[in-house]
Amino acid sequence: MAALTGINRQDGAPELRVRTRLLYALLAVVFLALIARLVDLQIIQGERHTYLSENNRVRIKRIPGTRGMILDRQRQLLVDSRPSFDLIFIPEDSQDPRGTLRLLAHYLGRNAKELLALLEDNKARPAFEEVLLGRDVDWETVVAVESHQLDLPGVSLRARPRRNYEDGPMAAHVLGYLGEIGPRQLKSLKEQGYALGDEVGHYGLERKWEEVLRGQSGGQQVEVDALGRRMRVLHQVTDVPGYTVHVTLDRQLQATAFQALDGKEGTIVALDVRTGAVLAMASTPAFDPNAFARGIKGDEWRALIKDRLRPLSNRATQGQYPPGSTFKVIMAIAGLEEGVLQPESRISDPGFYYFGNRAFRDWKKEGHGSVDLHKALVESCDVYFYQLGPRLGIDRIAKWSRAFGLGEKTGISLDDERSGLVPDTEWKRKRFRQPWFPGETVSVAIGQGYLTVTPLQLASMMAALANGGTLYRPQIVRKVETVEGATIREYEPEVIHKIDLKPATLARVRAALADVVQGGGGTGGAARSKIVEIAGKTGTAQVVEMKGAYLKSEQLAYFQRDHAWFVAYAPAQNPQIAIAVLVEHGGHGGSAAAPLAKKVIEKFIELQSPPSTQQHAHVEGASRAD
Amino acid sequence: MQIDRRLISHFDWTLFLLAVALVVIGIATIYSANYDVTQKHAGGLPTRQLIWFGLGLIAMFTAIAFDYHYIDRLAYPFYAVMLCLLVLVMFIGHSGGGSQRWINLGLFRLQPSEPAKIAIVLLMAKYFQDAEPSRGYYLRDLWVPFALAMPLIVLTLIQPDLGTAIILGIVFISMVLMGGLRLRSFLWLVGAGLAFLPVGWHFLKAYQRQRIMTFLDPDRDPLGAGYHVIQSKIAIGSGRLFGKGYLDGTQNRLDFLPAQHTDFIFSVFSEEWGFAGCLALLLLYFVLIAYCLGLIQRAKDRFGGLLIFGVVAIFFWHVIINVAMVSGVLPVVGVPLPMVSYGGSSLASMMFALGVVINVSMRRYIF
Repeated sequence: MAALTGINRQDGAPELRVRTRLLYALLAVVFLALIARLVDLQIIQGERHTYLSENNRVRIKRIPGTRGMILDRQRQLLVDSRPSFDLIFIPEDSQDPRGTLRLLAHYLGRNAKELLALLEDNKARPAFEEVLLGRDVDWETVVAVESHQLDLPGVSLRARPRRNYEDGPMAAHVLGYLGEIGPRQLKSLKEQGYALGDEVGHYGLERKWEEVLRGQSGGQQVEVDALGRRMRVLHQVTDVPGYTVHVTLDRQLQATAFQALDGKEGTIVALDVRTGAVLAMASTPAFDPNAFARGIKGDEWRALIKDRLRPLSNRATQGQYPPGSTFKVIMAIAGLEEGVLQPESRISDPGFYYFGNRAFRDWKKEGHGSVDLHKALVESCDVYFYQLGPRLGIDRIAKWSRAFGLGEKTGISLDDERSGLVPDTEWKRKRFRQPWFPGETVSVAIGQGYLTVTPLQLASMMAALANGGTLYRPQIVRKVETVEGATIREYEPEVIHKIDLKPATLARVRAALADVVQGGGGTGGAARSKIVEIAGKTGTAQVVEMKGAYLKSEQLAYFQRDHAWFVAYAPAQNPQIAIAVLVEHGGHGGSAAAPLAKKVIEKFIELQSPPSTQQHAHVEGASRAD
Repeated sequence: MQIDRRLISHFDWTLFLLAVALVVIGIATIYSANYDVTQKHAGGLPTRQLIWFGLGLIAMFTAIAFDYHYIDRLAYPFYAVMLCLLVLVMFIGHSGGGSQRWINLGLFRLQPSEPAKIAIVLLMAKYFQDAEPSRGYYLRDLWVPFALAMPLIVLTLIQPDLGTAIILGIVFISMVLMGGLRLRSFLWLVGAGLAFLPVGWHFLKAYQRQRIMTFLDPDRDPLGAGYHVIQSKIAIGSGRLFGKGYLDGTQNRLDFLPAQHTDFIFSVFSEEWGFAGCLALLLLYFVLIAYCLGLIQRAKDRFGGLLIFGVVAIFFWHVIINVAMVSGVLPVVGVPLPMVSYGGSSLASMMFALGVVINVSMRRYIF
């Protein structure tokens, strides 16, 4: 093997020299290829990559403006927003998402399976979209997550104001609730600056006054590292909190109304007769808007909308019922104003009234005997008004109904108000292509037939009667203020129109309504109060037409029972408050509805008293309760 | 051993200064890769790399000190030591990142697969130093070098360290080609290699397979295995013409880049220095390699030329594979950027290898 010894060969390496020349070429080609790649990445695609790198590190964090408060007429808190924390998780920020969740479960003392199931549920979500592990988590969770932040990559807390309804369901239908904006809604709301997951008013004042309450969201440009940890704030826009809305409701009166309806389906509306301000508006069954703020669960929501008792409906503005005998107030006024009625002239009531070949029964089988207008209103004599009906004619009845605001939306600042229905010949022709039959007027005369009203309309009607004929638009919002207390807008009482009424008409009807409660034989005796004189009218709205036998309401199946009405104002001589009470399927208005009206009116008077007596009354109330 | 005075006057300053320039760039970039903005420091890694540079200088001058013809005698003992170390790694090796590559030496950890690259060069240079047959080498002539190289490659592959194993294999093939393998035989080898691919696939670890699949289709898993390549391309691309400035690379600073101070250091450098910086860095490598090619041509003998070529091959393939890998042209296999990436074993081995080149270069005048 001579080769191994040939160390000091001096002929160099000719083959290597040849090959090396090829290597120069290879070297040049390969380096040029690398440089070409860099030109592509850095020059040609440079702008795109710069954008991507900015996109990597900069996250826009929106900070929704804190939603405005809602205060009652005494500036008592009804709704505010309190701070809360949601527990969120971005699986992409963790090397081992399942391991991280197990560790989190350990720190929180929670079942790891629950958290892992949430991860599974959100499998289809877009990358880097957060998974919500818990809403409005408790303080221990906040502390645990904060202190173990480094062990829990991807887990974070998101502060968000949580809507808080101080009194739960008490004024749920007026205040309304919020809902999170879903992908479908976002399309229409994006232009107005909303983002996915923001909350927006879905019902009641929250919806109607959304623009005022919502505030302006601010935001931060935050630099994050690869784990999504915030490094620093690059740019910031401060958020502007929403305005405070002052409503006309009186929280204590509202509470009384709500409690009075406890266990019943119905509504109570109380208005200030001098302004049309809504002092109380309760509707039952109610719902707890806080459940929506917590994030209502699917089955909870389904239960609410499927409930036969319709807890989501505001019966005061959305419920349309026949007014029953409460309509006799309009009939009396119409009769007097149109000169059809001689108040002193009497008719004889044998317990029924024949019109054509049909007999219309009085609610009192044996009849009321000899009846004048006063007695007809006090005892709610049907036959008296049966015979008045055809004499007035449907169109004049309709005219006076509308004068008091029936058949039209009151225009209160709440959503989806219903108008009720005041029928006339015109309506009948358009609706059914039929003439009006005089027999139908007989039904309308006692508040049945096609006629329907909302409880708010009846309260408004009573307010107009009480204040001498001024029909106010029911007002729910008094004032809008900034958080600092500067007035943005103030709302004056709004007169819809003045009803031209003769003083004599007013005096007669009012005297009769006072006697409904105070007088002997009045149907509203159950509303008689020791501390205030109340004037009112009972009503019973038939749900099904009774054929044959007289049946007591209690003998009927629940959903066939009559609705009980009581409409009133007080004090009778110097009216301040007007009220409408409806208890669905409550039976007779005098027994089911009148006591509720009395409770609310007494509470109103108690609240009106000067502080010293008020305190006294309070103590008295307490001792009574004992 | 005597040191000829003439040697000192022939010391290859060009090569030495090119090496120092690369190491300076490396340490500066390692500093940036580990720099913490809030803490205002970069931890201990830049210093460690500096110490390794010192050790590398010792290795370099050791390689220069004796006449390179001694390597002829040292090749087998060196190979034996490497083989022992690689076997040792299997048993007492230190694990990191899912593989077992290091031997813990207390103060430092040694990665034997790095000097193993040099062992292959020394062995092949020794084997091919004699004048090649005029017909060239047939595959059947190569069973000895093949039998010598395979244990090193296989031991590295099972650590597992795919990147280093590939480098070892490619350097081996390069040496064999330079040594005079017939082109036709080489093509046979390539064919056999392709046929072997499915079998090799079987032996790959799951993460290695995933890397290759991801390379073939990066959108397969943009947040998993594809994430690193995408982020690296973003880092390089967002450097644009002049870069974001030293210590200001956001992809680097905010940890979007993987293995910032080791395999992906080129991405860190590109983000901060832009296309201009990349061009300068690649030019340094180009000059270094081209200069060494020149030295091959002027080498006194075939043995010296093959030694230089081996070192050139190591440099060339490292640079090509690393840059192609971080810029998304090749799959991500762990190959460092020579002299620049953090890693003491690699740096010291490379400096030793350059020492060998300088040795040959210096002694070309001595007869």
